[in-house]
Parts: sequence; C-alpha cells; structure tokens
Amino acid sequence: MDTSELIKTLASHSQRPARPLSTVWLMAVGISISVAALVFFNVLGLRPDIAAAVETPRFLFKFLVSITLAASAYSCVRVLSQPGENWRNAILCLAAAPALISLAVVVELFTLPSDTWSATLIGTNSIVCLTYIPLIGIGPLAIFLWTLQYGAPTRPALAGAVAGLLAGGIAATFYAAQCTDDSPLFVATWYTIAITILAILGAVGASRFARW
Amino acid sequence: MERRDEAELARLMRAAISGDERAYGDFLQQAACLVRGLARRKIVRGGIDPEDIVQETLLAIHLKRHTWRQDAPIMPWLYAIAKYKLIDAFRHRGRRAEIEIVEIAETYAGPTSETVSDQEIRHALATLAPGQRSVVTAISVNGRSIGETAKWLGMSETAVRVALHRGLAAITERFGQKQNGYK
Repeated sequence: MDTSELIKTLASHSQRPARPLSTVWLMAVGISISVAALVFFNVLGLRPDIAAAVETPRFLFKFLVSITLAASAYSCVRVLSQPGENWRNAILCLAAAPALISLAVVVELFTLPSDTWSATLIGTNSIVCLTYIPLIGIGPLAIFLWTLQYGAPTRPALAGAVAGLLAGGIAATFYAAQCTDDSPLFVATWYTIAITILAILGAVGASRFARW
Repeated sequence: MERRDEAELARLMRAAISGDERAYGDFLQQAACLVRGLARRKIVRGGIDPEDIVQETLLAIHLKRHTWRQDAPIMPWLYAIAKYKLIDAFRHRGRRAEIEIVEIAETYAGPTSETVSDQEIRHALATLAPGQRSVVTAISVNGRSIGETAKWLGMSETAVRVALHRGLAAITERFGQKQNGYK
C-alpha cells in the first residue's frame, strides 16, 4: 500500500477523535488522589495529635513542600506528554520544591543545637516513611503511566520520572498527615529517598510501557 | 510560507477533529509532504526508507491526534512526532546492525517479561489474518526491514507493504473502536 492509500484509509476513520489528553490528565489526577486517600485512610490514618500539630509551622511546612512538588510535577508531566511542547522550560519549575526544602533545612540548622541534628535527621519513622510513601504512591504512578501511554511522550523515561515525582508529591502529602517527624532535616532526607524510588520506578516503567 | 502552512494545517486539523473527512485527508496529504522532506534531509545513511518514516508518522498522528491542543501551534506537534519516529527508526537500525555483528539471534528472541503492552500487542496481532500477522510481527515487533521480511517470507516488497498496512489499518480500526467503547 502506498502512502496515498494509507492516507485514504486513515481519513475514513476521522470520525472518532479520542478524549482530549488534557481532560484525561484531570481525570487521572482525580482518580489518583482518591486511590491514595483510600490506601492512606485504610492502612495509616491521621496522627492522633493532629489538632495540635496543625498549629506548628514545621508540620504545615511539610504540606507546602509536598503540594508544591505535586503541582509543579503535574504541570511538567502534562507538557512532557504532548509532542511539540517546550518541556525544557517547563522542567525548570521542578526546582521549586527542592529550593523550599533546602531553605528550610538551613533555617532548621540555625534553629537547632548541633548535637540534636543527627537524632532529628534519623527521626523515629524513617522505615515507615520509606515504606508508605512508595506504597501510597504506587497506585497513582500506575495511573499516570497509563495516562502517559495514552498521550505521546517524546521523552518517555523523563516523563515517567516526573510522573513518579507527581505520584510521590501526592503520596507525601497524605503520609505527612500521619508522620510525627516534622523537622525539615527528616523530610529532606527520607521523603526525598522515598519519592526518588517512585521517580525511578516511573522512569523505568514509562520507558517500557509509554512507547508509541 | 511556514506561517501560511501553519494556519492552513491547524484549520484543516480542527475541521478534521470535528469530523470533516476531506479536511483530514488534505491534512494528512500536506503532513506527508512535510515529513517526507524532513525524512529525506535526515536520513543520510541507507537502511531506512524515508517513505516508511512518512507512513509511521501518519499512523502516529492518527492514533495520537487527541494529544494536539486545538489552541497550540500544529507544526511543532507534527515535527515532534516525525522526529520521534525518525529516532525510533535509527534505533531499530542500530539494533539490527548490532545483532548482525554479535550474532545473538537466539538469546535475543528469548522470552521477555510479561508486560501489559506485550499482551496488548499479542492480542492485537491475534486478530489479524496469518499472512498479515507474520508481516506485522516481523516489522513492527521484531524490527526487520521491509526488504528482509520480503526475503524471509518469500514475498515481493510490494506485497509486504500491502500486508503491513492492511494489518496496521485493521489494528487501528479495532483500537479506535475500543476507545470509543470506553466513552
């Protein structure tokens, strides 16, 4: 079959355009948040002293960082899933969350006496954090990888890594409501490792499943 | 020229999305010309037929046309798809060369892990007629060239092309229906 015949064949299937990608992304995020919430409230739940915690800046700051990460990763992954968009610029906004947490770490180091640094950093929940952030995030990540496959990422591995950051941002936002280690030192260490696990899974997953 | 192309192509694609078959045909025709130009410029070494890139790109445009935002420029979208398909073809050619050198045909063809996309591919292939299936498998799954496949199956190159595109068109049709079924 030559090209003009192929064109004829394709043109005769013009009548059913699929759902626009932007709509599918919104749906994917909505479903992912529900899935994450379901897992979170079934296996972890809120910390008992939540009422007192919401009045402390360290507790609230965790949400500022994780929501910033999720929001920037969301805008970035959408751009990465559409051919021809300027993803090089879009990816710059991913620096927002790391910048926030780095700043907080510096402030924390000035605030805390140096002999408490290592105990604060290690905290009491590091294993819990490394287990539950990936666990809460894996469902959303699967949904985002499917969405990437529905789209057309010209850089599948990169798009998958950012999808992992988005899943990680959502998971961390839920997990932060349970964890009692609120210090930026703890967050910068363990949350980062946990979210990186999701980003690596995303990159590997997308380079296998999101080719088109 | 570029700007006129842009406006015209965007107009045609918008009409196509709202169901205008003729506009869609015209769009694909013009897209084919642009991609053909690109492919001929980029393919300097042999081993890849520019027309294969044109057809791969047209098929990708068709399957992924929901990824174009109607308010976005269309040329960058179109070229990004064409470049992706070009890089894919270069990678396949590289892999073919590698296999020939190392001669690991057997180990390479060993069972790969069960993935969703593998399963989907098998599923899609299972719906094809046997002749089309061996052609589509050889080219789209195993990455053989049209020429190799023709020799391997003892068919003419034209016959391989026809079988490939009939097969891909059949898959496209099923794929479209499946998506429609989800709505």
